[in-house]
Amino acid sequence: MNLLEKLDAAAAARKSLLPDGIGAFGIPIEEVYSATEARIGDRRVLLLGTNNYLGLTFAPECIQAAHEALDKEGTGTTGSRMANGSYFGHRALEREFADFYQCSGGIVFTTGYQANLGTISGLVGPGDTVLIDGDSHASIYDGCILSGADIVRFRHNDVADMEKRLRRLGERVETTLIIAEGIYSMLGDQAPLAEIIELKNKYRCILLLDEAHSLGVLGETGQGLVEKTGLLKAVDFITGTFSKSLCSIGGFCVSNHPQLEQLRYVSHPYIFTASPSPATIASTRAALELLRKGSHLRTQLWKNCTQLYTQLKETGYQLGPDPGPVIAAILDTPQQALLMWRSLLEHNIYVNLILPPAAPEGKSLVRCSVNAAHTSEQIKYVGDTFAKLYNLVKS
Amino acid sequence: MSQTDYDQIVQLLCDRLADLSKTPEESISPETNLITQLSIDSIKLLGLIMEIEDAFDISIPINALTDIQTVHELAELVHKIKSAS
Repeated sequence: MNLLEKLDAAAAARKSLLPDGIGAFGIPIEEVYSATEARIGDRRVLLLGTNNYLGLTFAPECIQAAHEALDKEGTGTTGSRMANGSYFGHRALEREFADFYQCSGGIVFTTGYQANLGTISGLVGPGDTVLIDGDSHASIYDGCILSGADIVRFRHNDVADMEKRLRRLGERVETTLIIAEGIYSMLGDQAPLAEIIELKNKYRCILLLDEAHSLGVLGETGQGLVEKTGLLKAVDFITGTFSKSLCSIGGFCVSNHPQLEQLRYVSHPYIFTASPSPATIASTRAALELLRKGSHLRTQLWKNCTQLYTQLKETGYQLGPDPGPVIAAILDTPQQALLMWRSLLEHNIYVNLILPPAAPEGKSLVRCSVNAAHTSEQIKYVGDTFAKLYNLVKS
Repeated sequence: MSQTDYDQIVQLLCDRLADLSKTPEESISPETNLITQLSIDSIKLLGLIMEIEDAFDISIPINALTDIQTVHELAELVHKIKSAS
């Protein structure tokens, strides 16, 4: 089989699952009306398939900041920071993230994906070990692969399993990086951070926590799981993304380790890519400000999360263990998930369809992402529609 | 580790692979290809690796699996790691 035939085989496998070519992945969105509504085809749909957790995509402060940056500094930086220099905004945002997490340093990356790629591949290399949760995001897996370190997985959120694997590493724990996530993207559950830190201290490893989905969502000021658990100081490196609660694109890493600065010189995903555009940085800075003082947004978000999680649970859906902005209905087969996804769209609700191997343990998911801008009526409509469609997937 | 250890590893692998691939165990041999003959995808393989790690109390880095295609190659990798531990 040649290179192109391999792609044909993958396309055929996809077609067998989606026989009428329905665009479940990369669906065309024709117009976006607000943080909660858009047009898909000729349907005005409710958006439950975004990661716009605080509902800030149309925040006037962010839009105005982006406009001003566009006018003042142009559309793009046209190169990497290493070669072309760092704009004031890049450096300011790094200081603001460091301040937000009470850390001595911060680095901004061009995407959240690159934040993990760049941080992980800068911290570990061949001969080192990364110990990662089995349900880790692809950016973590890819960062580990790029690093050349040995990759060992522990069972999802299973601390006993994690310790077993740490013990087996013997003296190699000294050069082991543990990686966990504040909220896991598939089932929306949270890492057992206190227990993980206990083990990290016992075995003297370094811990990286990815707060991509928990930034803005957990903790009084929205730092994430580190704030909710009061364990900010115990985590060595924190990464995250701008593309969820902060409603733009980019990523960051903060730390109190002075060695963080060296990542700028060893991390290819930082060095060999164009830096974030001025408008992106400006809107992110404005959004971070709103996020920090957005406890009212978090209150509304959690009200919405609890409302939908409770209703789906009471209807009989199998869900992840924790209520949160990521609420995934776990279904037995890809066909059931596709049927449910399509039926929801026919009822003008857009959610995410997640099929194996993207979902953990071969599961199929219909995943809702709740945000602070959803009204109680919108959430009720979603919950009522799921209830109406329950017979489609009832086993 | 001895030939007996290697045989034990192959036996365990064949047993688990039969279960995972719904294939009769007697039709699986060291030469059997995990992907083309047993349709073991990446998710199943990663689950199997965790089971093997626990069965032999070893760590198998998943990046060591890149070139593994047959039952024999996987058994040899496990054998090598177990011998070094």
